[in-house]
Amino acid sequence: MILASTAVGLLIAMAFALTRAIKGPTVYDRILASNALGTKTVLIIAVLGFLVGDPGHYIDIALMYVLIGFIGTIAVLKVSEFGDLGQTQPVDSEPPK
Amino acid sequence: MLIEFVNIAILALLAVTALAAIRLHDLFAVAMMFGIYSLLASVMFVVLDAIDVAFTEAAVGVGISTVLMLGTIGLVGRHEQKPAHRPLLPILVVTITGAALVYGTLDMPLFMDPAAPAQQHVAPYYLNESPEQIGIPNVVTSILASYRGYDTLGELAVIFTAGIGVLGILGLRRRKRPGHEGTSE
Repeated sequence: MILASTAVGLLIAMAFALTRAIKGPTVYDRILASNALGTKTVLIIAVLGFLVGDPGHYIDIALMYVLIGFIGTIAVLKVSEFGDLGQTQPVDSEPPK
Repeated sequence: MLIEFVNIAILALLAVTALAAIRLHDLFAVAMMFGIYSLLASVMFVVLDAIDVAFTEAAVGVGISTVLMLGTIGLVGRHEQKPAHRPLLPILVVTITGAALVYGTLDMPLFMDPAAPAQQHVAPYYLNESPEQIGIPNVVTSILASYRGYDTLGELAVIFTAGIGVLGILGLRRRKRPGHEGTSE
């Protein structure tokens, strides 16, 4: 019962995060929203693991998602800061809006 | 019951994400929408118990392809150009085609129907024999890694060749970065 309500709550939180990612006026809103959505994804996979009754496998997957989401976040932040993935120095331009 | 609800909710989120990726004109945001879409799609694969496919979707969709798209945005600029034509005719064509495809699915067997032809060919053999033959608990994993091992190896060769080709195109000579003149290293 409590797992089911947790899953429903997580889905609602995912819907809110997705709304912010779509509407978000600045890039940073979107980065935060997609990061939060990644966290909710990991949590819902863990909850589903306990619901299905096989938490061992699902928690392994959840851990790998955390690692991969980190790579994506780093790439997005680097592009938003430097304007290019290959750049190593900040460019002297306005930060993206 | 709850799993069905999770399925429906995640499919709805997927549809919303796809529509947003079409509607948004900031390519940076569109790349992030694609990342979110892959994240949600991999949850779908986990719900369907295809853990390997979910791994691949997460690693490729969220990790690598977001990085590749962001690298492309660094080359081509962040904003989509206004389309030169009206969208009415394409919408009409797509709607008619989609309606025809949906009409075609009415003749297909239902989802998870055990009498479907796809479930009668080799699927029972895989389901019955893979614990003894392969010894991997997940049947999807044993099909991908063992029964179709040569297929997967061929895919790896194709992807490796494509990667070498792209690197050859992109990395042959140093280029000026568009939009950032005066910041040469």
